[in-house]
Amino acid sequence: MATSGNPAGGHGDPTRRDFLMVATGALGGVGIAATAWPFINNLNPAADTLALASVEVNVAPIQVGQAITVKWRGKPVFIRHRTPEDIKAAESVPMSQLPDPQTDNARVTDSAKKVRPQWLIMIGVCTHLGCVPLGNRPGQDKGPFDGWYCPCHGSAYDTSGRIRQGPAPTNLVIPEYLFLSDALVRIG
Amino acid sequence: MASSHGTPPVFNNKVISWIDHRLPIFSYIEKEYHTFPTPRNFNYFWNFGAIATVMLVLMIATGVVLATNYTPHVLMAFDSVERIDRDVPQGWLMRDLHMNGASFFFIAVYIHIFRGMYYGSYKAPRELLWILGVVIFLLMMATAFMGYVLPWGQMSFWGATVITNLFSAIPVVGDSIVTWLWGGFSVDNPTLNRFFALHYLLPFVIVAVVALHVVALHVHGSNNPLGIDPKGPQDTVPFHPYYTMKDGFGVVVFLIVFAGFAFFAPDYMGHPDNYVPANPLVTPEHIVPEWYFLPYYAILRAVPDKLGGVIAMFGAIAVLFVLPWLDTSRVRSASFRPIYKWFMLVLVVDVIVLGFCGANPPAGFWIPLSQVATLYYFFHFLVLLPILGKIERPLPLPPSIADAVLKNKAG
Amino acid sequence: MRTLPMKKLLVSGAIALAAFSAAAAAIAAGTVEQPPRKSWHFEGPFGTYDRAAAQRGYQVYAEVCAACHSLSLLAYRNLMELGLTENQVKGLIKDIEVPDLNDDGQPIDRPARLSDRFKKPFPNELAAAAANNGKAPPDLSVMVKARANGPDYLHGLLTGYVPYDKLTPQQIKEYAVTKDDNFNKYFPGHKIAMAPPLADDKVTYADGTKSTSDQQASDIVEFLAWASEPHMEDRKRTGVRVILFLLAMAGFMYAIKRMVWSDKH
Repeated sequence: MATSGNPAGGHGDPTRRDFLMVATGALGGVGIAATAWPFINNLNPAADTLALASVEVNVAPIQVGQAITVKWRGKPVFIRHRTPEDIKAAESVPMSQLPDPQTDNARVTDSAKKVRPQWLIMIGVCTHLGCVPLGNRPGQDKGPFDGWYCPCHGSAYDTSGRIRQGPAPTNLVIPEYLFLSDALVRIG
Repeated sequence: MASSHGTPPVFNNKVISWIDHRLPIFSYIEKEYHTFPTPRNFNYFWNFGAIATVMLVLMIATGVVLATNYTPHVLMAFDSVERIDRDVPQGWLMRDLHMNGASFFFIAVYIHIFRGMYYGSYKAPRELLWILGVVIFLLMMATAFMGYVLPWGQMSFWGATVITNLFSAIPVVGDSIVTWLWGGFSVDNPTLNRFFALHYLLPFVIVAVVALHVVALHVHGSNNPLGIDPKGPQDTVPFHPYYTMKDGFGVVVFLIVFAGFAFFAPDYMGHPDNYVPANPLVTPEHIVPEWYFLPYYAILRAVPDKLGGVIAMFGAIAVLFVLPWLDTSRVRSASFRPIYKWFMLVLVVDVIVLGFCGANPPAGFWIPLSQVATLYYFFHFLVLLPILGKIERPLPLPPSIADAVLKNKAG
Repeated sequence: MRTLPMKKLLVSGAIALAAFSAAAAAIAAGTVEQPPRKSWHFEGPFGTYDRAAAQRGYQVYAEVCAACHSLSLLAYRNLMELGLTENQVKGLIKDIEVPDLNDDGQPIDRPARLSDRFKKPFPNELAAAAANNGKAPPDLSVMVKARANGPDYLHGLLTGYVPYDKLTPQQIKEYAVTKDDNFNKYFPGHKIAMAPPLADDKVTYADGTKSTSDQQASDIVEFLAWASEPHMEDRKRTGVRVILFLLAMAGFMYAIKRMVWSDKH
């Protein structure tokens, strides 16, 4: 609207006028865009939220066969110290039996590409509709594949946290994690 | 879209044309902000309406994003404001702009008000326009006061306590009103919650009243430095581009000064005590409101009687509502009122003196000074204006705006 | 010609403003002794924090002030903004334990993490007051902004103690000072609950800076100024850009305004 027509008709040299209008319009546009950014950026996660975006967990006290749950970014993370039988069971499953094929090795590799088959670290949220599967605490129902079992709609996961049966479409999600030492893992 | 005064606009764009046929927003913009005939002789004081509008928009925009991170609870409010400053991405920028923006909004509005007083912009037929302006001013004061409480520092808490206690001066029901305002027996969490709710609400009420203010303005058009009505097209220019560009320039210059404070002295207009978390058991040695309330605060303290002080303070604003009828002069602009224009200068000085009285402890010579200044304030409005209008002989008015502009250029 | 009175109105307003601020400042200055004016690295439109001084200041805080004063708005991760690496900060906090709850809801102390806020010396304000003769030591997070003339005042306060035997009889009488009181030149009322916290060589600086009490006071002020406003440098940088932009914009707008009005003037 502002530059349509020629309301200031006949003022000064047309070339100079056009240059001024375009230059000012462009500068003003840049100014408005630069002003808009802080308002948008303001709603991004704050520094204190980001500081909690990664947690460091000492896994040394977890005995073989035990599992713990830690809270990370508002969600449960399962850390299981797997037995040799768990590992063998997970590695021996043929890919053809998996709805979401993935090797066990790929699920126990940290972000430095180091494989630690005894440690399985997953986000404990069923990929179906977001319930927390059972099986991480002693005495809970681990389901038919001896891994985890979601009580909401009956999804069953194996010892590698892969979906084997039920409505969940994909395996339990592996977060980004890094072993800072053999006992200390940083999630996130 | 060739346009001249009076003819309805024709839009070449089909979409605009389709919409405008059903909802004439484009015609409205065209008529009120493009071809709108505006006196050609505005000086830069006429920029401050546009400047105030820009500040209002800035305050609402920064306020909304601040509210997304603020926690209105007595145990968390102070820390949540500091968290905005420290942890929220560019939160410090939003807070600096918001807290300095309040001051600069008031600066713009005070200049706008004194401009209106000097050039008689409140006189017939613009009385309602003026009264709506005073309503905006009152709403701004309420909003600013409640906003200052939100960081929950010492000045927040004790400012809220002192100002709400003003209502206890009302006979019989005063104490009940104060309890009702607080939602308890002192300024506490319920008070903070309701102040936050109202601080978020009132700006939108201000927007609504500003809209009415603009509607009223466009009925008879703007006043101008000569105070005489335009008599034809030679006296006016279309609002766009003449005043859009001039206002744009004025807004940018104002923003430079604003940015100077917001970025290089963000706490200059504030008070160090508000970085001390609120403590209901310890009153700061010296409670002062924000600078824009200081003249009224001085009037409040100048009267050595609780109810009298409150009446004087509210009266100082109430008198503005009847200003159009207190001024009996036939001419609008003080430029043609040889005596009044000097008294107008004295009033400005008087209000500034009141401001300093409000900033200093009520002791020593500040007490008589604030009393004299208060008396003069009311004398100006209640005595001087009605009498002066009758006895003063205005200078001869020019025959038209165009005439005066051309003569001015020649001379 | 017609705009002249309005200009006079502004000018007279400005003059009145200036005259009264001068008068008010003179009156205010007469009442209390002002702390000496120091020059600070973070002053002025381009001032920045002296990282080395602020790091030394943290050392003074951790070794001296932290015994009584909390710094509750800061997290250990913030120390990385002072130019320390993540591992350096982890080294600084490796012996700090902060209260938390274990999985069974029982209170425990666990090693501090980067995301933790600075550990408070007392569990709450009542405990702080009880341990300090009834007056809780204030939190220092925004102390520099919470006092008028903050940096100079704090430096003056930390170095402004006068021993009892150096006081004049008149001072002792006027302020009712006893041998057990701490007299401070710049504290309002002069009698301050805090005993002189600094002394020469009270801390040992790793960078070899001579550890005088004046040096310690300057360093702690540098650190607390940063703590009060960690984003100050960002603020000033942004301000320079914004003002340069607005100046350019004002130039363009003025040119356009003049061009548009050229046939009306």
